[in-house]
Amino acid sequence: MLDTLKIPGRHYLNDGHSLRSWLFTKDHKRIAIMYLMSISIMFFIGGMFAVGIRFELATPQGDFVTADTYNKFFTMHGVIMVFFFLIPSIPAVLGNFLIPPMIGAKDLAFPRINLLSLYIFWIGAAFTLYSMVVGGVDTGWTFYTPYSATASNTSVVPTAVGIFIAGFSSILTGLNFIVTIHRMRAPGMTWFRLPLFVWAHYATSLVQVLGTPVIAITLVMLGVERGLGFGIFDAARGGDPVLFQHLFWFYSHPAVYIMILPALGVQSELISTFSRKTIFGYSFVAFSSLAIAVFGFIVWAHHMFVAGISTYAAMVFSFLSFSVAIPSAVKVFNWSATLYKGSVSFDTPMLYAYGFMGLFAIGGLTGLFLATLGLDVHMHDTYFVVAHFHYIMVGGAIMGYLGGLHFWWPKMTGRMYSEFFSRVSAIMVFVGFNVTFFPQFVVGYLGMPRRYHSYPDEMQVLNVMSSAGATVLGLGYVLPVLYFLYSLRRGAVAGPNPWGASGLEWHLQSPPLTENFVEVPEVINEPYEYEHSVVKEKERV
Amino acid sequence: MSNAVAQADHHAHAHHPAQQHHFDTMPQQKEAAVLGMWVFLLTEILFFGGLFAAYMIYRVWYFEAFAEASRRLSLFWGGLNTAVLIGSSLTMAMAVRGAQTNKRTATVNWLILTMILGAVFLGVKVIEYQDKFANYEVPGATYNWMYHDERAAAAGGEHAAPAPGAAHRQLALSPGQLQRTTQIYFSLYFTMTGLHALHMIIGIGLMSVITWMAWQGKFDDQYYTPVEMSGLYWHFVDIVWIFLFPLLYLVERHQ
Repeated sequence: MLDTLKIPGRHYLNDGHSLRSWLFTKDHKRIAIMYLMSISIMFFIGGMFAVGIRFELATPQGDFVTADTYNKFFTMHGVIMVFFFLIPSIPAVLGNFLIPPMIGAKDLAFPRINLLSLYIFWIGAAFTLYSMVVGGVDTGWTFYTPYSATASNTSVVPTAVGIFIAGFSSILTGLNFIVTIHRMRAPGMTWFRLPLFVWAHYATSLVQVLGTPVIAITLVMLGVERGLGFGIFDAARGGDPVLFQHLFWFYSHPAVYIMILPALGVQSELISTFSRKTIFGYSFVAFSSLAIAVFGFIVWAHHMFVAGISTYAAMVFSFLSFSVAIPSAVKVFNWSATLYKGSVSFDTPMLYAYGFMGLFAIGGLTGLFLATLGLDVHMHDTYFVVAHFHYIMVGGAIMGYLGGLHFWWPKMTGRMYSEFFSRVSAIMVFVGFNVTFFPQFVVGYLGMPRRYHSYPDEMQVLNVMSSAGATVLGLGYVLPVLYFLYSLRRGAVAGPNPWGASGLEWHLQSPPLTENFVEVPEVINEPYEYEHSVVKEKERV
Repeated sequence: MSNAVAQADHHAHAHHPAQQHHFDTMPQQKEAAVLGMWVFLLTEILFFGGLFAAYMIYRVWYFEAFAEASRRLSLFWGGLNTAVLIGSSLTMAMAVRGAQTNKRTATVNWLILTMILGAVFLGVKVIEYQDKFANYEVPGATYNWMYHDERAAAAGGEHAAPAPGAAHRQLALSPGQLQRTTQIYFSLYFTMTGLHALHMIIGIGLMSVITWMAWQGKFDDQYYTPVEMSGLYWHFVDIVWIFLFPLLYLVERHQ
């Protein structure tokens, strides 16, 4: 096989080499690549702020930066990571690239809107980076009123405008996916033959489409209050700051599911491929994505248990928050059952998938601590919360993103990366992540509040552990940049299907043609047919 | 792998010039556009929904203040604008009908009429906003709830007479309370009608492009999707107003 593998002569990457051929492309794959570059830059900018945070917290005294600067550090870290990396990460890069080939389409339903969403993302990012350059914002990524509306003298409005604009990018991506999945499936690609990756993106898109407009209007209300002196949340005029929190979390809790649902979809692909087995309980896994999306919309007030909401409302929201654990557990148990008696291998994507399972489970279960009314009073706004959501958003979403990127990189570029270095990086990310964030559970339980730049001396050991782990984690994130870039020139040619996977996208050449399929394919197989399929042995050398 | 994917037999038809390469058929392309537009309108509902939620809460909390502040709006201008917008929805529907039946001139004329009605609406809105500015009824540092009544009293004569039915109304709120809480009403009034007006402006912009396309004969009974989509958008903006009008203008105005 070694001699026969060649990069095809014609593919989407060499279909025009000018800058214009990229900036005005309507090809979903090129747009995905441009998203990949954009969000990678944002990730490393956001990461620099995390470096600043961990550097400050290495000592108990506030000696590296002032309290005000520290406030800006964690705010910019949160804003950039949430709105400009995590939310677009898997959908705009992997989803954009893969959904059309997975369902047998030549492109997304609205290619121009897809390109528009990228430009909108760039404009939103420009506003936010502008506000960073002119001094940053210090409200926390949550923008709670009244501080954000009246007290803060940092650039709240440019940041809010940036997030408002970037929201439209997210909406358009979701809208495009929904229409594409409904209307662009190839003959024979029925709903229950869709890869679970596509189901997960369908659920994600629903959240994007239904949630994002609400944060948009909330930021508009904040903007008119701050900019024009209107008084919608102003307690001095009878307004209610808690209303802001309700509206904010109505989007921002489901936003967590925008980040994690696509990662759950990636996970299903990886587990099935690398255990050479049909996914266990396909329809349960598919519907659990939808269930998570639906439940995600009715749990928002668990962020506000100490904000003075009614006891009865709090009880209902506590109960509903617990119920999110059910579809999440359905997924984890189904993956475990898929692994059972599978022919499991340990390629790099699978290492990420294993890491994901453990971290997602810990992140999810600690979420139940926080959904418990009494316990939340103790843990609210402590590092326990910080650790919990990083287990989901970094341990879950970013592990899923990296796992997916390693899995589909050969499809996207036609070349393999270094197996050795990628395994090293996967292990570094896993170890570094745990050393960073597990001590934060402990230090949070001991009572260390989030968002302070100093802390009592006795908490230093745990904080130094956390900072040390962050160093390993950071190196683990830099490493893939190096070997991915190296692989573009020197990587071994991957061939169409290096993992012996069953999805429709693996029938295409790598990298695919601009139009994906020469002719519209007709699907006759059930998904994940590893046991009965002709695709049994890995074709990779 | 060879039998995993069979190639479907799709022979080339004579393609309509408006058909994009990644769609198989014109109906598929149209269904995609229609679904996409409805999903977009769904996001619009959620967008305005946040404001409606805020409105609902404050209206329950400060009902009397909302009722009083609502009386500061002109029923005449609000009613006129409602009629204008409903009329423009009719002309818009006629434009879509014109496109479906290959009537190029009729389509263009109905579209122009729709834009004129939209502009009338916006003109009336300018008159109403101007009145609010003149009476210090724009929330913020210069907001003055009493100014309206003081000016009326200073003008003397019949203008000083209380509004019809005012004698029956016993306000539980002091002027100080009204000064505070009616600002929430006007904050919502300006945000809601302002965003609605912005949607009207976008709609008129869209429609001028569509009109130009219609004039050039881009549409026929096989392909009139852009006309229909801007129609859906226009009707949506109209419906938002149908909710805004009673919520903002008609708070307890039956007395």
